[in-house]
Amino acid sequence: MDLKGKKVILHDMSLRDGMHPKRHQISLEQMIAVATGLDAAGVPLVEVTHGDGLGGASINYGFPAHTDEQYLRAVVPKLRRTKVSALLLPGIGTVDHLRMAADCGVGTIRVATHCTEADVSQQHIGLSHKLGLDTVGFLMMAHMVPPEQMLVQAKLMESYGANCIYITDSAGWMLPDDVTARVGLFRAELAPSTEVGFHGHHNLSMGVANSMAAVEAGASRIDGSVAGLGAGAGNTPLEVFAAVLDRMGAVTGVDLYKIMDVAEDIVVPLMDHPIRVDRDALTLGYAGVYSSFLLFAKRWGEKYGVPSRDILVELGRRKTIGGQEDMIEDVALDIARERGLRGA
Amino acid sequence: MRIRAAIIGSGNIGTDLVIKARRSKTIDPAWLVGIDPASDGLRRARELGLQTTHEGVDGLLPHIEKDKIQIAFDATSAHAHAETSRKLRRKGVLVIDLTPAAIGPYCIPPVNLKDHVGKREMDVNMVSCGGQATIPMVAAVSRVQPVEYAEIVATVASKSIGPGTRQNIDEFTRTTAAAVASVGGAKKGKAIIIVNPAEPPLMMRDTIHCLTESDPDVEAITRSVHDMIKEVQKYVPGYTLKNGPVFDGRRVTTFVEVQGLGDYLPKYAGNLDIMTAAALRTAEMFAQEIAQGTFVLEPTLD
Repeated sequence: MDLKGKKVILHDMSLRDGMHPKRHQISLEQMIAVATGLDAAGVPLVEVTHGDGLGGASINYGFPAHTDEQYLRAVVPKLRRTKVSALLLPGIGTVDHLRMAADCGVGTIRVATHCTEADVSQQHIGLSHKLGLDTVGFLMMAHMVPPEQMLVQAKLMESYGANCIYITDSAGWMLPDDVTARVGLFRAELAPSTEVGFHGHHNLSMGVANSMAAVEAGASRIDGSVAGLGAGAGNTPLEVFAAVLDRMGAVTGVDLYKIMDVAEDIVVPLMDHPIRVDRDALTLGYAGVYSSFLLFAKRWGEKYGVPSRDILVELGRRKTIGGQEDMIEDVALDIARERGLRGA
Repeated sequence: MRIRAAIIGSGNIGTDLVIKARRSKTIDPAWLVGIDPASDGLRRARELGLQTTHEGVDGLLPHIEKDKIQIAFDATSAHAHAETSRKLRRKGVLVIDLTPAAIGPYCIPPVNLKDHVGKREMDVNMVSCGGQATIPMVAAVSRVQPVEYAEIVATVASKSIGPGTRQNIDEFTRTTAAAVASVGGAKKGKAIIIVNPAEPPLMMRDTIHCLTESDPDVEAITRSVHDMIKEVQKYVPGYTLKNGPVFDGRRVTTFVEVQGLGDYLPKYAGNLDIMTAAALRTAEMFAQEIAQGTFVLEPTLD
């Protein structure tokens, strides 16, 4: 594989996807410490919001320690070079949230939909584009449909005004060939001015390998998370990927030792539990289930006496998608009742 | 006496409404209005003997007096609704709004239909499919004890929602959240919608979370929820409680499924059915008032 001289924009997820393993309880001080550390390390973009994006504060996904606005107003002014992005899932967040984020100084809006439902993003992508923001279309659970079907959706987002389209492996299910097929097709068929990005999860330990495949196939933006802090077994560990790219002669502008230190000295100590491929995270990748279901499956599994792995496999069988956290308790109750267990 | 009605919008909702209204004892669907001459809905309506136009609401206006249209259902889009409604009300037509435009007061039949009696409202809003499916459950809790916060998650099959809903997804979340509070009786409301493309399509599923102000009265709330399910089943027989009510501290959660009748779209599209069935039930109540002479329609000029 030859990645020599390729320019890659690394986008850190620890303060957004990393909100999932923290149950959205990262403090303002912790956010500032991580973000300023990444700024000093030369990471060009960091994402800051509730784990489920703007407006994600809810019973369903969890109430955060602070509002999106409080996080953004705390972090954005502290950064010198690094720009801040915000995620928005139509159906959860609205254009009102988008305007708030823009007012806080967010430079990039990423509008996320399920990989077949891009047409719910027209209002949001359109407004972000109109506001002159870097506008990204983020197609989630990308493993669920063939590349050609996904391309149609990518073109819709492009037509609404997105200047970058992401292939998002929300379940951490993909293997490098799956990534190559999708990124390669997008690169060939989208406008040359439209960037292609890849967002991985490490549930099958494929985060780094998949991201390498994405860069080789033409992706110019790669999401990762410092120390891997993200849903499931975490995102592609960003400092590891930065080291790999450095070895291969790709250009990221990131200071490797500095990002390693942010991972080790700031992010690892704030973890509530080790981010690793445990039995449940592996099940997510193996069964193709949305990574942020992990802690909910553990919680309801414990409450209703059902193994969390069984809950996750059933959620996969029911073809649940991102955002359907409400179905986790529902499935746990169904299984508990079938098995004649307490509480159901 | 059946009151004659027009249905504006020949998409999924309008077409389903034509089929349901034809079975009504008090509403006579006389016109279907579209904007696309090739629309499947208009073709079906003509086959069923309805008058149709593909020139939008303007194509209907000249026929209102002659055809004695007294009620109109607007199943177009939130953006188009204000103008459509104004044109119809000027002619003295009562408008049942199935878009999330929400100019007029909200109506969730099992919760507040009776509150609309005698108010002489000329534009009544049906909130959203998610609102119709969930607000009765919020009200089932709030009629027992105060609800500090209610949040609903509506999951619908991708095939069951058309381009209008997709382009207006923010209006869905805003309008539903507002009605969860104002009609459901929660101090604050939030709404989330998920569009799932699974094949075969999944039945509409709704999860309703309430946070009660004090510890929930398990027995009274459970009874109230089951009673309310029966009320909704009177007009949507496929409305069922899948799980719950679950009590977890002050959180009370119910999980419901909405199976449709399969009139126009297949049975998975319970979201469509609960909307059209609720709109029809609302129109029937007004039709009764009109027929009894207790509600005299007059042109409004706002």
